[in-house]
Amino acid sequence: MTVVEVRGLTKKYGKKPAISNLSFDVNEGEIFGFIGPDGAGKTTLFRILTTLLLPNEGNAKVLGKDVVKDYKYLRQRLGYMPGRFSLYMDLTVEENLKFFASIFNTTIEENYDLIKDIYSQIEPFRERRAGDLSGGMKQKLALSCALIHKPQLLVLDEPTTGVDAVSRKEFWEMLKRLKEQGITIIVSTPYMDEAILCDRIALIQNGSILKIDTPNGIVSGFRKNLFSIKANNKYDTIKFLESYEFADSVYPFGDSIHYLDIRENLNSNDLLFDLQSKGIADCKVAVIEAGIEDVFMSLMKENRDEQ
Amino acid sequence: MNNNKKVIEVSDLTRKFGKFTAVDSISFDVKEGEIFGFLGANGAGKTTAIKMLIGLLSPTSGKATVAGYDVYNQSEQIKKSIGYMSQKFSLYEDLTIAENISFYAGIYGLTDEQINDKTDLLLKKLDLENSRNELIKSLPLGWKQKLAFSVAIIHDPSIAFLDEPTGGVDPITRRQFWNLIYEAAENKRTIFVTTHYMDEAEYCDRVSIMVDGRIEALDSPANLKSKYDSATMNDVFIQLARKNQVKE
Ligand SMILES: Nc1ncnc2c1ncn2[C@@H]1O[C@H](COP(=O)(O)OP(=O)(O)OP(=O)(O)O)[C@@H](O)[C@H]1O
Ligand SMILES: [Mg+2]
Repeated sequence: MTVVEVRGLTKKYGKKPAISNLSFDVNEGEIFGFIGPDGAGKTTLFRILTTLLLPNEGNAKVLGKDVVKDYKYLRQRLGYMPGRFSLYMDLTVEENLKFFASIFNTTIEENYDLIKDIYSQIEPFRERRAGDLSGGMKQKLALSCALIHKPQLLVLDEPTTGVDAVSRKEFWEMLKRLKEQGITIIVSTPYMDEAILCDRIALIQNGSILKIDTPNGIVSGFRKNLFSIKANNKYDTIKFLESYEFADSVYPFGDSIHYLDIRENLNSNDLLFDLQSKGIADCKVAVIEAGIEDVFMSLMKENRDEQ
Repeated sequence: MNNNKKVIEVSDLTRKFGKFTAVDSISFDVKEGEIFGFLGANGAGKTTAIKMLIGLLSPTSGKATVAGYDVYNQSEQIKKSIGYMSQKFSLYEDLTIAENISFYAGIYGLTDEQINDKTDLLLKKLDLENSRNELIKSLPLGWKQKLAFSVAIIHDPSIAFLDEPTGGVDPITRRQFWNLIYEAAENKRTIFVTTHYMDEAEYCDRVSIMVDGRIEALDSPANLKSKYDSATMNDVFIQLARKNQVKE
């Protein structure tokens, strides 16, 4: 079953379109990810899908209903976690959750299982004002609030921004379990290691979708030669590569540097030799397979350069 | 780093909120020109510790000096010697880019002439010359953060405290932001930074990892990885962050 069906969707603020002519489908039980820079239009799209904003053109059907006409029906069945906090900072942790449960005529006890993994981490602080929680703890509470009524479609706008590495891992394990219960999930994230956990991903930039595919499809479609360079002085090496005449892109990547070259049949020995002759003595060069972050950065850069 | 001058010295620093201990007797030093990564799980106490170091929150007990000044009674001097970017956004959304720059420069006592020079320099460096009269709220997050960092160090402080400066920022812009950090560190500025992106932990000279108010590990990324027998800082972090719960 198709849970979300979007056709020609456009929203303008003034003359400038925030999203233009978007079309895509999301299937039942799918985790569908949106990746793109801030301002790409993700939040605008999510607000239309959750009936909070009206489109200028095109239409969107969610759970078979129209987002404009059937908003009352949909609001009972959607869960939405906005990127900016939606909590009552003067209420305690538990009061916030109770409040959201009561709007949807349910109770914390009834759906506790659904939120347990995340909520149990902040439960020891249930009597603390939400305003006194740390940044990441607020995210966890906001997520619990979006889930408490067991929605059929969950729309999450950067739910893990500010969330620590361990909790992010646990969070995605939880999304998997929700998916197994048949809940469809639309999620945006700035973390590329999360993109790979989605069933399909859409890359969105400047209000348009550049690509929709499975994570594997996106990575295997990448044709450029990627080099990993490990150097003693990373900063100097990056500076050098940025001004190197054959450089396509240069990005620090954990403890190494990821480098794309404009020459087609370059091998790592030639590159190493060239670097050494230019005074970058202490380094190791290897050809590596591109990961999803490499591919996205390359696509985003190409699209940026074209404009 | 070619010297060992300590610019931050902390011993047994503690902060309680009622009965709850948010920062639990932490001790460490930061050297001049160092990029110091201050990592930890949500609620571990990072922001609380930073607030004490920059003189916004008084400690319950313990000692700390920043740029040679005591956090208990020299917070005014500290504020002049440091730059600070808070976890939430720190520019005025309804002012233009140029207005924000001159507002902050004014607070720090720069003259009109200095302000004009700095503004031009900054806009040029950030490639924002054509946007000088745009409102902050119309800017993408990554640009805001780059601008916020530049504004936070507009008075040439010797130390910059950055609380999750790249949270929510896309992969390309995140790396551009780190270029700004490297550049500042090359100019001997000390950088004290928190992040939840573990690849960024690798860009630091040393990192500490906080768990439940305490510093559980502190070393260079390379040493931490070998000590915890991990390929990435992500693995190191995952081993440490839930340590206390595994024991239970
Ligand atoms: N004013 C306050 N009253 C009560 N508790 C507080 C207050 N401020 C902070 N806390 C608590 O202190 C702990 C540490 O919070 P802090 O904001 O320092 O964490 P953090 O390490 O910065 O986390 P994050 O990565 O999520 O930003 C948390 O449990 C938080 O709820
Ligand atoms: Mg914090």
